[in-house]
Amino acid sequence: MNRFALVFRLPIIVWQGLFFLGPLFFMIAMSFFLVKNYRMEEAFELKNWARMLTRGYVWDSYWYTLGMAGSATVVATLVAFPAAFALAFRVSAAVRRWVIFLLIIPFFTSYLVRTFSWYVILAESGVINTGLGTVGFGPYTMLNTPFGTVVGYLTLTLPLVVILQTVALANIDRNLVQAARNLGCSPPRTLVSVIVPLAKTGLIIAALFCFILSFGDFVAPYYLGGSKPPTLPILIIDTTKSGQQWPRAAVVAVMMMLTLFAIAATAIWLAYRRRSAS
Amino acid sequence: MSARIATGLLLGWLLLVFVFIFAPIVASVIFSFNSDRFPTIPLGSFTTHGYDTIFADAEIGEAARNSIIVSLSTSVIATTLGFATAYTDYRYRFRFKGPYLALILLPPTIPLIIMALAMLAWLSWIGASGQLWSIIIAHSVLTAPFAMAILRLRLHQIDPDLEAAAWNLGSSEWRALRSVILPFCRPAIISAACLTAAISFDEFAVAWFVSGLNKTVPVIILEIVQGNIDPQVNAIGSLVFLTSMTLVVLAQLFFIARVGRT
Repeated sequence: MNRFALVFRLPIIVWQGLFFLGPLFFMIAMSFFLVKNYRMEEAFELKNWARMLTRGYVWDSYWYTLGMAGSATVVATLVAFPAAFALAFRVSAAVRRWVIFLLIIPFFTSYLVRTFSWYVILAESGVINTGLGTVGFGPYTMLNTPFGTVVGYLTLTLPLVVILQTVALANIDRNLVQAARNLGCSPPRTLVSVIVPLAKTGLIIAALFCFILSFGDFVAPYYLGGSKPPTLPILIIDTTKSGQQWPRAAVVAVMMMLTLFAIAATAIWLAYRRRSAS
Repeated sequence: MSARIATGLLLGWLLLVFVFIFAPIVASVIFSFNSDRFPTIPLGSFTTHGYDTIFADAEIGEAARNSIIVSLSTSVIATTLGFATAYTDYRYRFRFKGPYLALILLPPTIPLIIMALAMLAWLSWIGASGQLWSIIIAHSVLTAPFAMAILRLRLHQIDPDLEAAAWNLGSSEWRALRSVILPFCRPAIISAACLTAAISFDEFAVAWFVSGLNKTVPVIILEIVQGNIDPQVNAIGSLVFLTSMTLVVLAQLFFIARVGRT
């Protein structure tokens, strides 16, 4: 290999090795370190793991986070699907491009500020309750509830889910859909037996992204969900910031990564699995 | 007839989804000009007070300066790394190319809060945390994949014979790169630089963990939101939005106008 090729190949290996793989492997190692007198010491002990895995509050957080991220994924998938369907089949390609461009905008507006807006909109004396109050309803408690958390998760993920679902649906072969209709297949049946199976890979990948983003988000459960119980990301922040217990936070982070690996592997297997002969 | 009703319902649903997505964005811009401390309906009177206070706030000015330094430096490093990797992927075949590409493409799939903890721990272990350049390092890792993706798409469109022709005509690999590849990639390079700067400008989780006392604008927003309800946030948020959108629109102009056409 000549020098020219090396100059282009090496930088990313060095950079990501030092600053991407380095941090991740160090974090795994750190989960076995000890903290003595507020100072972290290199060690290989299972104490942090033993402590975190036997605490009820950790598992409460774990299942709560899994449940909330899972609910957000189901809700986002169901809410996005009709919208993506409309974009894929009921508008022209030019309109679709424009709408997708619009859907990219939210990624570049501060997610914190959008969450803060929801806080104001959903509060007891907020926009929605004031509006409902004038016609004699409410007030409803929406903040500090699972509902608030899911609204926050959707704020983060819904644009992406709509985009990915639209791309998946727009790319399926129209002739197959038309053939099903010509052979007398009803529209609902066409949807279930032809369109959804054909777009399966994209739909599952969209759901997977929604899950990963929700699972790792601390803003929505903290500000809109009231943090009761705290989700795993909030647990990481609390353990790191207030307790100086970085090794314990690392245990939670590694638990999260293992969970995500398992879920991503399952999702990808489902997404690319061929249907058995039927 | 029923098909038309179905279409109407679907488009109506699409509209609702859009309302949900854009309501918080529109609301924050409106609230930023509202006089009441806690924004409700009906709105108070129009005021630019929120903007006046943030322009007068020294801490926010400092944060804005930090944010600009971080996002500009990040965009230079990430675009350079992205270009080198995209060019390697375009031109060479070699063993372990899969893992090599995974190295640059994987960071976005890992939750930011995990990256934040890992970066904080590692950077402080090697004595590099709490500095402005700690954020730059972290953001370059996180944004390089986006630069790589844009540049790779552009390189996909080049005729490989062009570079080969330059070599045959006696130009060195460096010369061919400078006279053939780089000019061809220029719009994508600008686009990648804008996009990576925009992502860095908005990122708060990792910046919050590794920044120490050097706060960026999103970290300030996070702290204000943690404190109490303060309409300042809407004004800052609107300005951040304006900055990021300018960068994204620039990226789009260069990307769609040039890359899309050829």
